[in-house]
Amino acid sequence: MAFDTEPKRDFKVVGRRVARPDGIDKVTGRALYGADMSAPGMLMGAILRSPHAHAEIVSIDVTAAVALDGVKAVVTGADFADAMDAATADVRDNCLARGKVLYDGHAVAAVAAASGAIARAALDLIKVEYRVLPSVTDVDLAMRADAPVVQAGRAVEVVPVGLSENVTDHCEFGHGDPEAGFAAADLVIDRSFTTAATHQGYIEPHACLASMGPDGKADLWCTTQGQWAVRTACSAILGMRASQLRVTASEIGGGFGGKTTVFIEPVALALSRKAGRPVKIVMSRTEVFRATGPTVASSIDVKIGMTKEGRITAGTATLRYTGGAFPCGTVAMGAQAAFAAYDLAAVRTFGWNALTNRPKEAAYRAPGAPQAIYAVESVVDELCQKLALDPLEVRLLNAAREGTRSSYGPTFEAIGLEATLEAAKAHPHYAAPLAAGQGRGLSCGFWFNFGGNTSVSLTINTDGTVGITEGNPDIGGSRAAISQMAAEELGIPYEQVRTVIADTSSLGHNDVTDGSRVTFAVGLAVIKAARDAIAKMCARVARIWGIDPEAVEWVDGAARPTGPNAGTFPPMTLAEIAALSFKTGGPIAGHHESNADGAGVSFGVHLVDVEVDRETGATKVLRYTVFQDAGKAVQPDYVEGQMQGGAVQGIGWALNEEYIHDAEGHLLNPGFLDYRVPVASDLPPIEAVILEIPNPGHPYGVRGVGETPIVPPLAAIANAVSRAAGVRLTALPMSPPRVLKALTAQG
Amino acid sequence: MKTVPVSTTINGDAAEFICAPDETLLDVLRNRMGLTGAKEGCGTGDCGACSVTLDGRLVCSCLVLGVEAEGAEIATIEGLATGDGLHPLQQAFIDHAALQCGICTPGILVAAKALLDKNPDPSETELRYWLAGNLCRCTGYDKIIRAVQAAARQMRSA
Ligand code: FES
Ligand code: FES
Repeated sequence: MAFDTEPKRDFKVVGRRVARPDGIDKVTGRALYGADMSAPGMLMGAILRSPHAHAEIVSIDVTAAVALDGVKAVVTGADFADAMDAATADVRDNCLARGKVLYDGHAVAAVAAASGAIARAALDLIKVEYRVLPSVTDVDLAMRADAPVVQAGRAVEVVPVGLSENVTDHCEFGHGDPEAGFAAADLVIDRSFTTAATHQGYIEPHACLASMGPDGKADLWCTTQGQWAVRTACSAILGMRASQLRVTASEIGGGFGGKTTVFIEPVALALSRKAGRPVKIVMSRTEVFRATGPTVASSIDVKIGMTKEGRITAGTATLRYTGGAFPCGTVAMGAQAAFAAYDLAAVRTFGWNALTNRPKEAAYRAPGAPQAIYAVESVVDELCQKLALDPLEVRLLNAAREGTRSSYGPTFEAIGLEATLEAAKAHPHYAAPLAAGQGRGLSCGFWFNFGGNTSVSLTINTDGTVGITEGNPDIGGSRAAISQMAAEELGIPYEQVRTVIADTSSLGHNDVTDGSRVTFAVGLAVIKAARDAIAKMCARVARIWGIDPEAVEWVDGAARPTGPNAGTFPPMTLAEIAALSFKTGGPIAGHHESNADGAGVSFGVHLVDVEVDRETGATKVLRYTVFQDAGKAVQPDYVEGQMQGGAVQGIGWALNEEYIHDAEGHLLNPGFLDYRVPVASDLPPIEAVILEIPNPGHPYGVRGVGETPIVPPLAAIANAVSRAAGVRLTALPMSPPRVLKALTAQG
Repeated sequence: MKTVPVSTTINGDAAEFICAPDETLLDVLRNRMGLTGAKEGCGTGDCGACSVTLDGRLVCSCLVLGVEAEGAEIATIEGLATGDGLHPLQQAFIDHAALQCGICTPGILVAAKALLDKNPDPSETELRYWLAGNLCRCTGYDKIIRAVQAAARQMRSA
């Protein structure tokens, strides 16, 4: 069988808007999320958090807490293992501090008690003596030689003289000679930008239920994007063998990258180990804001040169990111993504990360890219304004295409940027008239997309239905897409397939649900597992018919004889083969395990119209259209959903969302009232236009779609505000006070 | 703290529970009655994930005390589907892919039903303002609005 010389183009099940298998559970309240599970004899855990942004822990006295009626265990960082790699040790020290607290809200100790009320009362009885240290939350200040040092001994080797040892990461990408490029330009613009840290803002707080027996075997139920990652981190932090810990992922109430690591899970396990009973921990919203997420905060310089015809001659960017109190490599992704949309002869990006007294960064949808691309796309737009050029034509003129050497090294295969730009140009939105005081902005966006380690099992049930066991928590309908791809490959109806998500003891390792990898990589694995099962079914049928397995082919859900010597037999359906399986060699199952590559990069273009209220500085989004290449949209509703949801998160980032700290490093807005995410009445309809430029790395042409859509809104809205209000803001968010200040300064 | 006995009706059935005087209705529903359909997204009245109705009025159950439910009729997501199937809103949410992670869905369905009970034909603006107290971080609200509109149309023609 000659598979995959070209991605498949004709589909029966893939591309249909099927009902998701978990839909009924989720509209009836039956689905079980992290906080919805209980166990007999369960205790409730609570966590004591630092009131200081930076302090030495002189002593922790838990005597009074332990003595409180109903308290069953108290743990501190001393209850965790010592030896592990540096990255895991950082996760450990983020879960419970060792020696120093590094940010406001850093966990210090935890209690398990008969009720949540007793546990919280016990926290008040823990006496922690702190020696408060000077703190720093601003990335530019943190890089200065005189900055308070957040963690000593973590500096990267190449820190230039005159910079602080807070500088932990450095990277550089690009090619060509930017100086020569700038010299050839008709106009060069050099600007500096800042972006605030934002939170993923999933509506479900972190929650888990841990139970460890006296034999050291443990079960952990938790809301996570990756149960194997949880097992790896927790078993190292607790000093356990992986086989002793079984992790089950609950239904997950949003993650967006923020649930790819652990915060409370090792704490609950340590408490359960000490108390000998199950322990449940559920974070409050305040704890979620203070101690989980957020993104990096950034400070960025961008310089771009352009000819008066609109050709970019060179671009450079210096990115300074802070991933909080621990080393953070996210800046490398920003530095690679910054100019990815452009075909450039000369480009150079430099990235630095600095430690600050902020929570440890967690991934958020295309981590590192929105900030960098915001800065680049803002400067491109300003060049278009100054040179009186159409911003869409300029993007088309400079667009990366198949064969372009990307700004970060690799040469692009088939990519959809040009087609996406053309779709935006042809859309009625681009030509629609604007009223006075309104402005239209656009921006390109990019994400790499991941593949990664994936393991899938597919069973042919004796009644002709099919069960799929996969290992990636379903955040936005992926079970439907996985079932569709299996049904497509097997040639059976979608309704005959059921996909479930396994715990860590039931399947090989699966990387976390991140990098827009699931529909791509799990889909690839399920197609391969289906082919494995098909080969086995064909072999069974060959034996029944007494012919060679090669003389049996699989067409439309049935085995058929093929070739000159096969003879004539009526086709045998999957159901018939399944019914006979116990007599023809036993159960039939297909498997696939691999480390998938070929994910195929993703581009998107967003168009937005806004109106700025000159009295209040408030920006109203009037119309919004998202264009994105999905390779092949397996369930188009959920592809549109990713595009719409990502765009709205980006709108929040552009206009309102930010971590606000006082001079001592306290987080001032740890709640949804003051950290304002977009609500329904803030928004217009979000139109989603899907393009399908097949990804050569997937048998059906699928590309990941989840992350790219958060990238363009930041610059698209900044560009629209600039055209609506006549002022260009260079700091995010463009909250009403900031816009008002800019309008006032403009006079 | 001494607990208090409370008599209520939940989803049409008589229900009795005891709770502490400072215990929220949300905690009572989730921890004492086993009704975990209402979710806690914030505990401060900002997200709407805990929405239920109390004597027909839409409330955040995280802002109501369990003892306030004495003599009241409570309706939760678990009571929305009847014996003969899903409520049109529930079906519309599945048909229009109005949920991604689904954590906001119970609260949004309860809130949307409360609106349609009062106003069977809301404009898109009315709908968006009514649902402004229900945060959804996944969908951007677009498909939620379409689903509620479709359900409202269907309920009007039924
Ligand atoms: S949990 Fe009640 S409003 Fe958020
Ligand atoms: S579907 Fe996830 S919060 Fe609404």
